[in-house]
Amino acid sequence: MLDKNIRADFPILARKEHGHRLVYLDNAATTQKPRQVLDAILNYYSTSNANVHRGAYGLAVAATEAYEAARVAVARFTNAWATEAVVFTRGTTEAINLVAGSWGRANVKAGDTVVVTAMDHHSNLVPWQILCGEKGATVRMVEVTADGRIDLLDFGRALEARPRLVAFPYVSNSLGTVNPAAELTRLAHAAGAVVMVDGAQATPHLKVDVQALGCDFYALSGHKMLGPMGSGALIAKPALLEAMPPYHGGGEMIERVWDDHSTWNQIPHKFEGGTPNVEGAVGLAAAIGYLEKIGMEKIAEHEQALARAAIEQLSQVEGVTIYGPKDHRAGVVPFTYGDIHPHDLATILDREGVCVRAGHHCTQPLMRRLGVAATARASFYIYNGVDDVDALVAAVRQAGELFGVPLPR
Amino acid sequence: MSDLGDLYQQTILDHNRNPRNFRRLEHATRSAEGHNPNCGDRIKVFVQLEGDTISDIGFQMPDGAGCAISKASASLMTTAVKGKPVAEAETLFQAFRDMLSGGAIAPGKLAAFGGVRAFPARVKCANLAWHALHAALKNESDPVTTESARDF
Repeated sequence: MLDKNIRADFPILARKEHGHRLVYLDNAATTQKPRQVLDAILNYYSTSNANVHRGAYGLAVAATEAYEAARVAVARFTNAWATEAVVFTRGTTEAINLVAGSWGRANVKAGDTVVVTAMDHHSNLVPWQILCGEKGATVRMVEVTADGRIDLLDFGRALEARPRLVAFPYVSNSLGTVNPAAELTRLAHAAGAVVMVDGAQATPHLKVDVQALGCDFYALSGHKMLGPMGSGALIAKPALLEAMPPYHGGGEMIERVWDDHSTWNQIPHKFEGGTPNVEGAVGLAAAIGYLEKIGMEKIAEHEQALARAAIEQLSQVEGVTIYGPKDHRAGVVPFTYGDIHPHDLATILDREGVCVRAGHHCTQPLMRRLGVAATARASFYIYNGVDDVDALVAAVRQAGELFGVPLPR
Repeated sequence: MSDLGDLYQQTILDHNRNPRNFRRLEHATRSAEGHNPNCGDRIKVFVQLEGDTISDIGFQMPDGAGCAISKASASLMTTAVKGKPVAEAETLFQAFRDMLSGGAIAPGKLAAFGGVRAFPARVKCANLAWHALHAALKNESDPVTTESARDF
């Protein structure tokens, strides 16, 4: 387990919620920010703020250096193919939309197939639905097994259509499943497909190596890994980025602009039209520095230990159902409790200071397959401890008492 | 737990467990659906009008589940307006909505939802069925959502 003193780095954890210690267990939605990240943003605006890439003065050079240093940090953290393989975006959603809107528009034709999985977040599903709708192409959804894994048999069947692109999450935000991303990529490549990995839920929680995964596109969100909201990146094989048309037109992404046409800047700038979120990039770099100092292996171990403890304790509460696989699971624990609706559960837990997510977790197709309208989801991060698991389970038991679950026979 | 007790009053827990008029009306003269896209809850309300009177009313939750607040509210709504003239149902709707936005406590058993005011995230849950009823009485065919109704 990680040192509990980590909590002292997170000012928000001093907040009281209805008179209780804040027990923040919605880390799959967004994480809290350590002082080091907040300081980095304050420091950037206090010492280095200017528009990047275009000023001839020292301050603009300092801002540009801070922004580009953040790109180096993201490349190192994910073992990207090159620094220019990192395109800054608002987050995972924009990164995937960039791929759909640029690579997809140029490469997906009528009659083609794009493969997704039933555990994809809406952000790795809806952009492909929009693209395929425009192109007259087909979205093929791969089924999940009863215990919450990608059904490899169905994955194989889907590949028989020789899809143009295969998209899947590295880690499921709804189930916590850690998918065999390298193996899925190898299979998809063998079928001639390009591979899009949604790394939003994996990057904060395990050691990511995009070159070892071998995927073509990898998306991540800064705010789920201690960084600011509105920060994130697409990491892509440079040759693909070179061949792709621009996504957003505007300043910065051009080389020369004529009356009726333009030429494009080098990658990655070709995809970064407009003034970028420099503050976000700087904050993300500080977050990466913070995570690297702890070590991603230790973080993964810590979360898995908490998830195991939560599963063990919740399993002892009669009427609780836990979703997702037994092993190969990140620190995400989705559950339901008797006939208590997850929203009622979340309201009751909130009164005990425990923040969990209740709902469909932006995975409606998955919820349909699980046969539930919603689940409650506890998700852990570095500042959580066994005391948070205890608080969660105690509050769940209180909900049971209030609602009379399980019902007397 | 005291304010939780205000939210989940015995009346609400009872109507959640044993919802009244929880059925589809085969001969409904009006029906409408309410949808809360924030949580996915959907409520379908069936109304049988005889002249200007709600002679029968029922509701269903098409996805099979709804939170205790939305389900109990739908159940209590049906008991409150059954047998009442349309105008009176609309008056009750107004009173209920006023209560949830901080106004006076609504009459009768509807007062049980006064505690929802302390839980702003749950006000839409309590209002959902009433908006569906309102849409049914207005004979609106499009589902009403918690986002489209201007003053939900």
